Amino acid sequence: MNETAAGRQGASAGAAPAGEPVIEVRNLETYFGDRHILKDVGFDILKGEIFVILGGSGSGKSTLLRHIIGLLRPSSGSIKIFGHETVDYDEEEWERLRRRMGVLFQGGALFNSMSVGDNVALPLREFTDLPEANIGIQVRMKLGLVDLAGFERLRPDQLSGGMKKRAGLARAIAMDPQVLFFDEPSAGLDPIAGAGLDELILRLRATFGMTIVVVTHEMESVKKIADRVLMLFKGEAVAVGRLEEVMRQTHPRVQQFFHRQADEERVDPKQYLDYLTAGGRREL
Amino acid sequence: MPGRDETLAALGRAAIHTVDVVRDVWLLLKDIAFWLFIAPWKRQRAGIRWESVIEQGVRIGWDAIPIVVLINLFVGMISALQSASLLKRFGQLLLVANAVALSTTRELGPLLTAIIVAGRSGSAFTAEIGSMKMAEEVDALSTMGLHPTRFLIVPRVLAMAIAVPLLTLLADFMGIFGGWLVAVTVVDLGSWQYLRHTADAIDMGDVMRGLTKSCVFGGIIATVGCYLGVHVEGGAEGVGRSTTNSVVVSIFLVIFANLVFTTFFYVIE
Repeated sequence: MNETAAGRQGASAGAAPAGEPVIEVRNLETYFGDRHILKDVGFDILKGEIFVILGGSGSGKSTLLRHIIGLLRPSSGSIKIFGHETVDYDEEEWERLRRRMGVLFQGGALFNSMSVGDNVALPLREFTDLPEANIGIQVRMKLGLVDLAGFERLRPDQLSGGMKKRAGLARAIAMDPQVLFFDEPSAGLDPIAGAGLDELILRLRATFGMTIVVVTHEMESVKKIADRVLMLFKGEAVAVGRLEEVMRQTHPRVQQFFHRQADEERVDPKQYLDYLTAGGRREL
Repeated sequence: MPGRDETLAALGRAAIHTVDVVRDVWLLLKDIAFWLFIAPWKRQRAGIRWESVIEQGVRIGWDAIPIVVLINLFVGMISALQSASLLKRFGQLLLVANAVALSTTRELGPLLTAIIVAGRSGSAFTAEIGSMKMAEEVDALSTMGLHPTRFLIVPRVLAMAIAVPLLTLLADFMGIFGGWLVAVTVVDLGSWQYLRHTADAIDMGDVMRGLTKSCVFGGIIATVGCYLGVHVEGGAEGVGRSTTNSVVVSIFLVIFANLVFTTFFYVIE
């Protein structure tokens, strides 16, 4: 049985914590030129769970996230969100779907030309007809949820890295999305701020029952928040399932990741010599 | 011969790159046209963001007034001096007024304004949009369902198309004023005489042609600035490189467009 098939079986056999699938990914393939980035990736994300996409750098996890949130079209395969096929969505359909999703980017991606409050208010002003007073209430509420009450008049460049992320989170949940995506939430944060963000993710799920998808490589954070994980290695889904199950898997890559071992790739000496002398025309 | 193969390969890559750029620019222009002319009528919540247009207009137009005033004043003075030294030999000193009026309204006003705006605002477009792209702010806009073209590019293009002709009008006025200043102080021409000659020399057609040109120049600068910003790659260094390119490419294209316009106007005259 190959690794991918094993992974997918894990997904269906995994004791799901909650209801029906919100996102269904099947046979996803991505090529950048000749480079094969994602190889036959498939999994489900279930309603109300915290699903972690785990992998090292170059594993294709960011590419996978960009496919799901519609920033990048995959070469082939299927992604269903809320039961609708999105791979051939046009811009207008995406815009409608995106109002039900929130994304927190690595650096928070706040707009520097606006105050923190205006950043959070932006989606409300653009997509609703709420009066300003009402929007003000919403903004203060959402900022309160991320522990930034009273910060709405500040400019993004007056905030620390962790605060920027939390403000970005307040903006991502401004429209009360059903699914929330986090790209590397703990990247660039000190351990305390990182742990704080983990707490916040758990709190949001507990309060609103949102489905949460987290892309990360931080094992500490995964152990704390994940219901189920998808482990990517060089574009292949090597394991999918509940965290405990995946941790028990014997796949060398999975073990290596969980035990934080460095790569020790064995290279055939003759092959290496060929590579060195081929003047870059041969791959290792 | 490996040398020839590599040359061919490099040529091929350059050709493919050119085709890609042309296609991307075409797509961007189509996108701008859509969000400028079609979406506001056809889609809900897709109107032009006038507050951004005004904000950009202030930065492109209002903030550029001092430098446009100074540069065109000086260049007006220079043209008056240069033409005076030439025309004196033919005993036609009064034609200085005509020379300044013509060169300013036809060429110098629109061109100098475009160059100033390319340096001040075209580069700023690239730097702003480029760093927004690096910080994933452009992606954030998309994932909120806010189209970056509508949000970032259309207000800049529109503000540019309005601000540059207005600045050009100011530039025309300042150039002629500079010429007058020199004429009455250094060259010793009569003030009223000079102004009468200027009024005779100015052809409203010239001014309108100058303004049409400047509108196109503004469009070129905005498109180049936004295009290079959207396609920034390679971190902070990439933003810096693209910003420099933005100025160089806009000025080159503005002057090339000017050549095309001038040839066209010459042929139809």
